[in-house]
Amino acid sequence: MRKKTLKNGLKMLALSVFTGVSVLASPSLAADSIKVAVVSFLTGPAAGPFGVPGRNGAELVIDAINEGAMPAPYGSAGFGGLKLEAIFADESGGNAKQVAEYRNLVEKQGVDAVLGYISSGSCLSIAPVAEELKTLTVMSVCGTPRLFEDSDWKYTFRTQAHAVGDSVAAALYIRDQLDDVKSYNGINQNYAWGQDSWKFFDIAMQKLIPGTTASDNPQFPQIFSGQYGTEISTLLLEDSDLIHSSFWDGDIEAFVLQASVRGFFQKKRFISVAGASAVDNLGKRFPEGTVIGTRGEFGILVRDREGELNEWFINAYRERYGVYPLESSYQYAQSVLALKAAMDKASADNGAAPDTDQIISAMTGLDFTSLAGDVSFALGKGHQAIHAVGYGITAWDDEKDKPTVTNVKIYPAHCILPPAGQLSEDWLAAGMPGSDC
Amino acid sequence: MQTTFTILLDGLSYASYLFIVSVGLTIIFGVMKILNVAHGGFYAWGAYSAAYAIGLAADLGFPDWFGFVLIGLSSMGVGLVLGLLIERLILRRLYDHEEVIIILATFGLFLVLEDLILLVFGVNPYFAYQPMVFLGSVELGGILRDVYSLTLLGLAALVAFACWYALDRTKWGKILTTVIYDREISLAIGINVNAVFVWTFVAGATLGALGGAYISPTLSVAPGIGIDIIVLSFAVVVIGGMGSIPGALIGALMVGILRAVAVHKFPEFELFVIFVVMAAVLMVRPEGLFAPVKARRI
Repeated sequence: MRKKTLKNGLKMLALSVFTGVSVLASPSLAADSIKVAVVSFLTGPAAGPFGVPGRNGAELVIDAINEGAMPAPYGSAGFGGLKLEAIFADESGGNAKQVAEYRNLVEKQGVDAVLGYISSGSCLSIAPVAEELKTLTVMSVCGTPRLFEDSDWKYTFRTQAHAVGDSVAAALYIRDQLDDVKSYNGINQNYAWGQDSWKFFDIAMQKLIPGTTASDNPQFPQIFSGQYGTEISTLLLEDSDLIHSSFWDGDIEAFVLQASVRGFFQKKRFISVAGASAVDNLGKRFPEGTVIGTRGEFGILVRDREGELNEWFINAYRERYGVYPLESSYQYAQSVLALKAAMDKASADNGAAPDTDQIISAMTGLDFTSLAGDVSFALGKGHQAIHAVGYGITAWDDEKDKPTVTNVKIYPAHCILPPAGQLSEDWLAAGMPGSDC
Repeated sequence: MQTTFTILLDGLSYASYLFIVSVGLTIIFGVMKILNVAHGGFYAWGAYSAAYAIGLAADLGFPDWFGFVLIGLSSMGVGLVLGLLIERLILRRLYDHEEVIIILATFGLFLVLEDLILLVFGVNPYFAYQPMVFLGSVELGGILRDVYSLTLLGLAALVAFACWYALDRTKWGKILTTVIYDREISLAIGINVNAVFVWTFVAGATLGALGGAYISPTLSVAPGIGIDIIVLSFAVVVIGGMGSIPGALIGALMVGILRAVAVHKFPEFELFVIFVVMAAVLMVRPEGLFAPVKARRI
């Protein structure tokens, strides 16, 4: 019996090799539930500031939707009537490990869809495998625009706007709020996200604030290196007025600690594209007067904003996890909401529990409401989301004894991202035509 | 001139940090012939223990300078407990096995130590900036420098001197040198080689933990903190010669200074420059700069 099973298994495997189809992956979903893997950094330096808050954001919203406890427009129970069973997986270990883990989730654990991913490296590695295994994959955080500008994907979506929006919004904020910036430099991690962030910020600055000078010596330390003494010296020796950084995870915290003692923030204006987790984690040690972004209408930027969904999310998150939701909590929750909106739509269109192709069809080009703003799958042939991005200035609220942000300014998506069909670099080089902010 | 001075200071500071961490690795290899991958675990446990203790002390109202005492105590505690446990319970059973088996065992131990950190301390970062803030900053070469990083130079010098003194000026050092040159002869003349191994391993573990503990005030102490440092430590030790303390010093200086030059002048080559130096040294002298071709010496 065992021999026969093994023989049948080998036959199936051989067939799958010849046909290029996975034996286990199926484009259709089970009748009463959907099994979804949620991938984020659960170990390593990115777990505390990004991975775990992201996982928690997804978990909170998934549970609430399963129970029908979310406010409108997500008040109906389930995802297109199906209950979502979440499996939480770790993004640590590098791209090769992530590809193997993705295959494991789909082929061995039989998940119907995968949601998450924080690192741009992970996203670029996973998208081709998602196509091969024909598995719906909704990416939550990663920023590189190459994901949909270099290739078209059927099974992959991204609910987070890409890095161009963060960079253009940063340059717009500097133009609108800081009038003393004549020169700038940057410190960004040496991989896709950091390099892209600096490149787009530099082009946007040149287009939006002509006459400013970029340093010819931008810093690109290794991700998670933790020691920035030499980089801080280099930046201090230069005359640049403003320093741009897309550091996230523990790197932004280490940089801020090391730079603070050296009087860095008294000498330079600092703009942090994605370092808002450090504002909460470091508390009073985080320098006031820093320009801070959260890559959208997320986290500390919308902590005091009114709105039923946003207020529910903040209160429910604090009640369950004892802390405020961070940027990644919103980003992961946003991915879950996209899945909910698409599955509800597909279910309504088809009158039954949707299959993978029907969900993809419903999600392509979808407009949906997120926790504190609206999102549209407007780029990447309807697979890449766009949304507004905001920045503010960090301050310490003595009355509430907590960090806060002032001078918050939100830039709508059409101001900061290229129109459909246009490559980011071409759009930036052409002076961002169509952007009217 | 200002830039050159700053590069030199940055390089020396980073080299000091690398030397403190890698000297424990090279001591263990020199005496015990063990390439101890678990060294990154000692570093991480040192960092976590110190960060936790300093944070707790701050909450309890202890003065900021007390953090230095806690750094020392944490390093010794981690080195003693983990060093003794690992050597007595695991490594002593493997000495007669091939080196590759021992490397795999220490790699496994490294993973276990990393997971234990997750179990004990969780995933959220720890901060222990009080000692760094306590020492403040000083203007050197036209820019402010944190005094805490400058004290790394003194600590590295102290560690180097202590190693030299212990090996060249004490009876213990002579015993150690004998074991390094020939384990069988040492046994034959009545040296307790097992005891030498235990205390060498504890000393190496303590130095690894000291590296993590001393650097913790400048970091966000988070899971995975010991991974990158073990790679850099191996580079330093390989450049200088496995098992050679002067080699670790020179290797750390080369890596530190060249990295500082790269960051100031060619920042995108920061990591590349470290490993290109290692590759170049290995091409010319595969045993490293200071290790003798046959007999090993520390």
